[in-house]
Amino acid sequence: MLFGIHWDTSGTTLDFALSILPILLIGLKVTIEATIFGFVLALVLGLVLAILRSSRFRIVSWMAWFVIEFLRDTPLLVQLFFLFYVLPLYGVSLPALVIGIIGLGAQYSAYCAEVYRGGIEAIDRGQWEAAHALDLSRIMTYKDIILPQAIPRVIPALGTYLVAMIKDAPLLSAITVLDMMAASTIIGDQTYNYLVPLSIVGALFFISTLVASFLVHKLDRALPKTGIPMK
Amino acid sequence: MSVYDIFRTLLNGLQITIELTVLSTILGALFSFVFGVGKISRIRIFRFFSTAYVEIFRGTSLIVQLFWLYYALPLLGVSFNSFVIGTFALALNIGAYGAEVVRGALQTVPKGQGEASLALGFSPWQRLVRVLLPQAVPEMMPTFINLAIQNLKDSAIVSLISLTDLTYYANNLQNLTYDTLRIYTVTLFMYFFLALLMSWGLGMLERYLRRWKLQAR
Amino acid sequence: MSAHVVFDQVVKRYDDTDILRDFSFAAEKGEKVVLIGASGSGKSTVLRILMTLEQIQDGEVYIDGEPLWHESGKPGKLASEAYLRHMRTKVGMVFQQFNLFPHMTALRNVIEAPIRVLKTPRKEAEERGQELLERVGLSARCDAFPAQLSGGQQQRVAIARALAMRPEIMLFDEPTSALDPEMVGEVQAVIRELAEESDLTMLIATHEMRFARDVADRICFLNKGQILEEGPPEEVLVNPQEERTQLFLRSLLEDSVSN
Repeated sequence: MLFGIHWDTSGTTLDFALSILPILLIGLKVTIEATIFGFVLALVLGLVLAILRSSRFRIVSWMAWFVIEFLRDTPLLVQLFFLFYVLPLYGVSLPALVIGIIGLGAQYSAYCAEVYRGGIEAIDRGQWEAAHALDLSRIMTYKDIILPQAIPRVIPALGTYLVAMIKDAPLLSAITVLDMMAASTIIGDQTYNYLVPLSIVGALFFISTLVASFLVHKLDRALPKTGIPMK
Repeated sequence: MSVYDIFRTLLNGLQITIELTVLSTILGALFSFVFGVGKISRIRIFRFFSTAYVEIFRGTSLIVQLFWLYYALPLLGVSFNSFVIGTFALALNIGAYGAEVVRGALQTVPKGQGEASLALGFSPWQRLVRVLLPQAVPEMMPTFINLAIQNLKDSAIVSLISLTDLTYYANNLQNLTYDTLRIYTVTLFMYFFLALLMSWGLGMLERYLRRWKLQAR
Repeated sequence: MSAHVVFDQVVKRYDDTDILRDFSFAAEKGEKVVLIGASGSGKSTVLRILMTLEQIQDGEVYIDGEPLWHESGKPGKLASEAYLRHMRTKVGMVFQQFNLFPHMTALRNVIEAPIRVLKTPRKEAEERGQELLERVGLSARCDAFPAQLSGGQQQRVAIARALAMRPEIMLFDEPTSALDPEMVGEVQAVIRELAEESDLTMLIATHEMRFARDVADRICFLNKGQILEEGPPEEVLVNPQEERTQLFLRSLLEDSVSN
């Protein structure tokens, strides 16, 4: 049994499948939690990185570039192992789920940073010039003029990364997080039937990504392309 | 262990990682073309299977696909080794994303091209290979390069089915020596440089293809 | 220097080309100066330099006797951003492409800078914003977004927006060039009224000769980064002395006839 639920290997495959479904759904909850927190972290960190990247100080901008490239070009799995084994050495002992969230957030912040940068650069120069002529400071220009226009434009791109993160989330099972993937492996180890749990997990992922895509699509439709309206 | 020793040990896994990445990328490219073209084919069966393939492999997680194949294939009586399974899983995954890229690029070729070739009497196959694809390929390259690098990163997953790649060796080493910080740092940098190398190499390929496209005009 | 705006032997280079060479120019307080010339003659550049959108390679620009690009009392030191911001408040600009903020209503466009930069309280800014929009004839469209306004209406909002910052100097960079012909008139009317009623110093770059004649106290013809000829409109437009001025004016006439 797992999560306090027993499974049923006595009956047909369908009985088995139905009996493990609740277990896998609990695992799904963990997966979704990790994704949501990880994505929020990625959105925030990504914004910080994007701002640092466009700093006027060469050193800062270069360092931000390096961090972004490094996070983007190295495997998430290895980053997770790194965090999982290294953090405790420095006295930081966090639950595996939190480490997983940090790992997901870090790698995807690099993607988000690039998306933000693209969105900001796509904004017509004239907007910057008008703000300049009105003597708005850099911060004010970003806050009131540039970002409200950039954000609606990047939602589709950010959305694809949310969907991607859902699919990367099962990697957390490699660092002992008890998610959907780990649950199916445990069930498989004990019942020697891997395919049924894995197939269900596959289907659950498929549904999750569909739902996420749908929500992103709705958000995209809700915001006008010209920017977040301000009265 | 010195950093150099770590590096030497990890090199054992590097070969597998490189072979895996290269083979799966090439195979994946093949799938991309086949299913990308299939998705906009006029024959309904092709369209159906191509769409199903793309949706399934893009909509589910690579690690699930990998494990599924790992457990499923032996049941079909075929006992592949982990390397083949890993290559296949990576190729199928990248193939699905690539198929969308191929499809998109083909659709940006002006309609007139297809119509002109029809008028000139080209067969559908000739139209595809001689007219449409050469124009579409340079469009696809930038995204393909990104997918290839993505594939390199995804290859680390095969360590979870005990394939002795770079990540596998890193984990092994960590179990032996607990020199965690240095081991994983070296590993990360190795992947990083591989990615930069791939990016540079494929970039040259892209530039070559662009020149080829211009010459053909 | 009693003049309001002074350009003293300004050099502006872009890549390898000199756009302005030893460019010297002065405008008195309250004077309305119109700059005419072909594209590339430098008339937009002059305005953009004054608005601190472009940097200069040599020479100096003075507003009210104070240098723009170097802090007074500290020669040789390039002006800091804080200093530039202080000087910038004296200058307002209306762009060819309007550059209204598309995600803000007309009123919000007008009050945004006063609230953020001048720290005007919102209520006061809104009142003044309404006044300005009424002045340009758009009081009924306060809550409209730029996408709902015609080009002429957008440009008028842009004028109100620039005026809201109470500049001493107003710059107009080809304000009607991007407009459909039917809407040119309404914008020109607003600018003309502004010229007649206010004592702002105004610098206008334009192709429209009749408009230039109506508005200008003085016209400057720019050619290849230098002022070739200047004087009251009756002189420059009707009786140009320089041959190149004559050629330019004639080409404009031919253009407008064939259009």
